[in-house]
Amino acid sequence: MEPKVIRGRDLKRDEFEKALKVEYHPEARYAWDAGYAVGKFLEGLKQGKILGVRCRRCRRILVPPRAFCELCFVPIDEWLELKDTGTVNTFSISYVSMDVKRLEEPEIPAVIEIDGASPGVGILHKLGEVDDPKNVKIGMKVKAVWKPEKERTGAITDILYFKPLEE
Amino acid sequence: MSKVGILGIGIVPARALSSDVSYRELIFEAAVKAYEDAGIEPFDVDTFVSVSEDFNEGVSIFDEYVPDQLGAVLKPVHTISGDGLYGVISVAMQIMTGMFRIGVVEAHSKASNVLNHLKILELALDPVYLRHTGVDPRFLAGLEMRAYMEASGIDAESVARAATHQRTNAIWNPLAAYPGKFSPDDVLLTEVVAEPLTEGMVAQPADGAVVVVLASEDVIRSQKKNQAVWIEGMGFYTSEPSFDTWVWERATYAELSARKAYEMAGISCPSKEISFAEVDSRYAYKMLQHIEACALTDGRNPAQLLRDGFFSKEGTLPVNLSGAHMGIGMMEEATALYQLAFAADQLLGRAGRMQLSDPYRCIIQSWRGLPTRSGATCILSRD
Repeated sequence: MEPKVIRGRDLKRDEFEKALKVEYHPEARYAWDAGYAVGKFLEGLKQGKILGVRCRRCRRILVPPRAFCELCFVPIDEWLELKDTGTVNTFSISYVSMDVKRLEEPEIPAVIEIDGASPGVGILHKLGEVDDPKNVKIGMKVKAVWKPEKERTGAITDILYFKPLEE
Repeated sequence: MSKVGILGIGIVPARALSSDVSYRELIFEAAVKAYEDAGIEPFDVDTFVSVSEDFNEGVSIFDEYVPDQLGAVLKPVHTISGDGLYGVISVAMQIMTGMFRIGVVEAHSKASNVLNHLKILELALDPVYLRHTGVDPRFLAGLEMRAYMEASGIDAESVARAATHQRTNAIWNPLAAYPGKFSPDDVLLTEVVAEPLTEGMVAQPADGAVVVVLASEDVIRSQKKNQAVWIEGMGFYTSEPSFDTWVWERATYAELSARKAYEMAGISCPSKEISFAEVDSRYAYKMLQHIEACALTDGRNPAQLLRDGFFSKEGTLPVNLSGAHMGIGMMEEATALYQLAFAADQLLGRAGRMQLSDPYRCIIQSWRGLPTRSGATCILSRD
């Protein structure tokens, strides 16, 4: 026997609005302590420097810095100033904003392996001054574009974006 | 099934603020101490549990944020929400399967990073029935406290005395954030939160981190030359899940979880077979209510026993010598593990000025806090 097909219909907007619901807007607020390692990294950004750390045991150079090596499980206290240039490890071309609006000009989030850090170690930031997103490639060399010194606050956004480095 | 014991514990002293370190650095310090105490490297650990609640952290899926500082990279890690004792029980059960030999429980608090605690607490309330009152969500504690006092014949001064009992005990606990010498009147004169509950009866938030290393008997026997502390019994229960059926005057979840733990440990008369107790007391009346729920009073009035010194260091059955929530601080999931650490030190004779004479066995009882009816219990003993 053929199964009976019950056809529904599209609900209209006012029908959705008639359904009873309880609305609530959370008000959670936080202020995370940056701590020793991240705090020093952010202070470096304020001064226009990208700081990294080196594990004395495995010799990896890590950025962003941390107070300990997660592989060797030892404290890290050797600091280095790294270059503000790097290589695109991976990237995405996003046409949707954080509040789900369509973007005319896409944002290009990317993982940048900072020059001087160990291979595979990178920070997540954005690419800018890109003529055509189609030209962005993994392995592309990039350089940080900083906010003017007076506007820096000690945040990751003190770097506005990384721009392609002319070869 | 393998017997499970404590191989090591690492603790960062509780404090009101810890703005000099990140939560990762806080946990790392506790982890280093725990592995040193256990005589192991993190690479020896088979399984990790992080006890946390995402709303308290401000990030979701918090167990993704803990492997680095625990030495748990490329290892099994998962979150248990509820309370530190839930984490202990979870790891203990994993070890009892025989699949794991060494397991780690981590709990921490960065309460100082949460800017509006009451709004976080409000998120736990039922959105249809409980959020409409527009008052401080701790009114639920006021309702419960009143019902408990009425049913047990306990007055507000006795509840205040429970608060001072713990703050005073905390004076001798170097890990406690809120030691202090107060009179019950001092507590009664603090601002009213939700009558009969006053601010002095509410534990204050604190930051801290604790890491506990558990292991199977064969591991502990091979590493520990002296006495060891064992988990003899465990229980965790949720009783009335909806406020409309709450039994307001009783901590049913604690009664059930304690009963289960006693049964597992073969304890038939808790008041005679338990050397001391550590119970949840994030609101001062909860100490008295939880003592009753753990069957430690033989039907006698806990307020009278408290007044008579029954629960003091020199008393018959000392309770919350650590200072508990009122004295150590309110660290959400972590406080119960500070109490567990204190209890383990007691059993090993390492409790300093608060050391009891030859304690053998204790109960640790925890509660998930408002607005829950959930809690856990562990029985610890020494060789």
